[in-house]
Amino acid sequence: MANTRVYDEDVLIETNGFEDHFHEHHHGDKYQTSFLTHYIFSQDHKIIARQFLITGMFWGLVGAMMSVIFRLQLGFPEESMAWIKPLLGKWITVNEEGFGTLAPEFYYALVTMHGTILVFFVLTAGLSGTFSNLLIPFQVGARDMASPLLNMFSYWFFFLAGVVMFFSLFLSTGPFAGGWTAYPPLSVLPQASSGSGAGMTLWTLSLVLFVVSVLLGGINYVTTVLNMRTKGMSMWRMPLTIWAFFITAILGILSFPVLAAGFFLLMCDRTLGTSFYISEIFVGGQALENVGGSPILYQHLFWFLGHPEVYIIILPAMGLVSEVLSVHARKPIFGYKAMVFSMLAIGFLSFIVWAHHMFMSGVNPFLSNFFVVFTLIIAVPSAVKVFNWITTLYKGNIRFNSASLFAIGFVSMFISGGLTGIFLGNSTLDIQLHDTYFVVAHFHIVMGVAAFFGMFAGVYHWFPRMFGRFMNETMGRVHFWGTLIGAYAVFWPMHYLGMAGVPRRYYSFDNFDTFAHFDGMNKFITIAAMVVFALQVLFVVNFFYSIFKGRVQKTKNPWGATTLEWTAPIDAPHGNWPGKIPAVHRWPYDYGKDGEDFIPQIVPLAEGEKDQGH
Amino acid sequence: MDTGMMEATMQKAPIQYTGKWHPKKFALMLAMGGIIMMFSALTSAYIVRKGAGNWLEFKLPAIFLYNTLVLIMSSVTAHLAYGAFKKEDLLRYRWMTALTFVLGLLFLALQVVGWQQLKAIGVPLDGNPSGSFIYVISGTHAAHILGGLGALFLGLRAAFGPANFSASRKLSIQLVNVYWHFVDVLWIYLIIFFILQ
Repeated sequence: MANTRVYDEDVLIETNGFEDHFHEHHHGDKYQTSFLTHYIFSQDHKIIARQFLITGMFWGLVGAMMSVIFRLQLGFPEESMAWIKPLLGKWITVNEEGFGTLAPEFYYALVTMHGTILVFFVLTAGLSGTFSNLLIPFQVGARDMASPLLNMFSYWFFFLAGVVMFFSLFLSTGPFAGGWTAYPPLSVLPQASSGSGAGMTLWTLSLVLFVVSVLLGGINYVTTVLNMRTKGMSMWRMPLTIWAFFITAILGILSFPVLAAGFFLLMCDRTLGTSFYISEIFVGGQALENVGGSPILYQHLFWFLGHPEVYIIILPAMGLVSEVLSVHARKPIFGYKAMVFSMLAIGFLSFIVWAHHMFMSGVNPFLSNFFVVFTLIIAVPSAVKVFNWITTLYKGNIRFNSASLFAIGFVSMFISGGLTGIFLGNSTLDIQLHDTYFVVAHFHIVMGVAAFFGMFAGVYHWFPRMFGRFMNETMGRVHFWGTLIGAYAVFWPMHYLGMAGVPRRYYSFDNFDTFAHFDGMNKFITIAAMVVFALQVLFVVNFFYSIFKGRVQKTKNPWGATTLEWTAPIDAPHGNWPGKIPAVHRWPYDYGKDGEDFIPQIVPLAEGEKDQGH
Repeated sequence: MDTGMMEATMQKAPIQYTGKWHPKKFALMLAMGGIIMMFSALTSAYIVRKGAGNWLEFKLPAIFLYNTLVLIMSSVTAHLAYGAFKKEDLLRYRWMTALTFVLGLLFLALQVVGWQQLKAIGVPLDGNPSGSFIYVISGTHAAHILGGLGALFLGLRAAFGPANFSASRKLSIQLVNVYWHFVDVLWIYLIIFFILQ
């Protein structure tokens, strides 16, 4: 049994910390002078993190609600939807008998918006925006980000992108409805569908603002990690969370500008009459003058972002899970360096696999082989990570709580979804499986649900760091078990649908006798989706309830973690540490070392003791 | 990282930086990395599209070449302005900064003339993609020049204000100059790309 020593962080920082004369530079705290500069236009990374999180939660609810509505259409097409008319208005047409039908164009809009919102606003901004902001300055021992001002802009560009997208939901022609990937010609020709007009204009505007937000944030994260680390915090002493955010930010800086370039060409096609993406096309019986464009060009540019984007989503979740698992298993993370190198490998490979999204678009089959090989190689670093998570848990003194349960659930989801990735990465199997529910099942499990599990693990674990209180554990466990079972209930059956060839994105299968016997399965999926949605509402209730009424955090380091964020005061001021900043003496995973339960990073090495991180 | 070296840097600097670069300069490097990615995407799209055939061949108006010289000159004056700043030669620093700004404006104006000539020789924006690419790529570059001119304008205002040779002013000039040289080199890359293609 490891003995638990109590550390006095204040004394340790005072004796060993680094004096950077922080308060001598500030005459009064310019960051927290009024309500407006403290809570709204804040430049403090802790506030900005909470802004990202709460905005992300808002979008999460909106996006999830959309999925419930289109699942109702898929599961219960014979039921009247007249009762949603107060919410959706003219998109529900009610006939004389009072039977309400969802307009097909709005069904497509819902599917499109669900994808856009979840991928960009929730799992990019809400996940990496929240935790990069919260943890990077805390865990590297910095007063704040390298540029707090750009950091504030990063949030407000995201907010603005959200406002534009939200506005587009209420257009009389509806939001964009051509799929979240916005392939031409639906995205180029305003007359192609009702959402391709003003809806698409706002969609592009919103995403360009979003790209700006990601770049401002990413530049800040990388700069902070490389330039603002405290004394003793070498790269190999950084927690895996920081490594994950660091690599994520680099991926964002390299891939989002390419998406922006793709969008510029798209905008030129839409407004200036150029023909980058369209050629010899008829709309409504009318031949257009555009000649010489190629829609495949857009796909290349889009997926050059699109594939790194899925790692931009999952890497932060991996980082959070590594940290949470290690803390709650009371064991050092297994294979720390292997974890870092596998993340670097995944990050590198993510740039040379984009065409596996385009096997069926007519790309050269010889070219496909290249992408198949690199896609399958991604399984290697992914398997290394899974192995290390499981071995971290093995013989651990595991504390089961909402945070650690979600972290373990993440590993489960990542394995289940990752395995189907090996199917889809083969260009020959993709002939059968592309654009079916098999794909839907794969990416929802591996980057949708898994990323959410990582995010939930992070929220439950770092909630005390954000709000000085704990989330309700009972509600947390109901949330975990319900979501775990419910998410599998939603997405597992979709593999069968996909193997049978059921195409994704279809509004109705009434005219396909082949798929008639899937009625029951579709109903089952829809019911499960509604249950899962209700559980996420429970999470949101728990979140806001706990901000005000949760159990109060009494000690600085409630989880017995080693990292620096738990050495700052519970109600950390601007600048995070009131006096000196902590200096670091060891790697972040000294659990169960030399019979001690844990040794924080700020504790100097004993005589003759060796640091594990080097 | 070597702890001894880090301690040495920290004793010098009032605020701790672990890297050799000033964070702002480093952040600018990252932003430039993003811009490079964007232009490599555009020029790769150009190559891919050209490979697909149905491609109008034409000769680029010579004004784009002359214009390159204007931009290179503005980079030289920007560098001279920085040198004068370091020597605290106020007059030279002021006029070189002003000259840089004017040359930048001239570059933009000549680009517009170039686009008009392009249109005049039968290569409109909305014609064959081979022409559209020239407009869009050089237009996107012009937008980055415009951003640089905005920063130069702030530098100009500071130069003609009360004499200020502080360290923070030096850093601002360095940042603007690095960016200005960058968009200059970017244009040289683009013009060579257009000529070779």
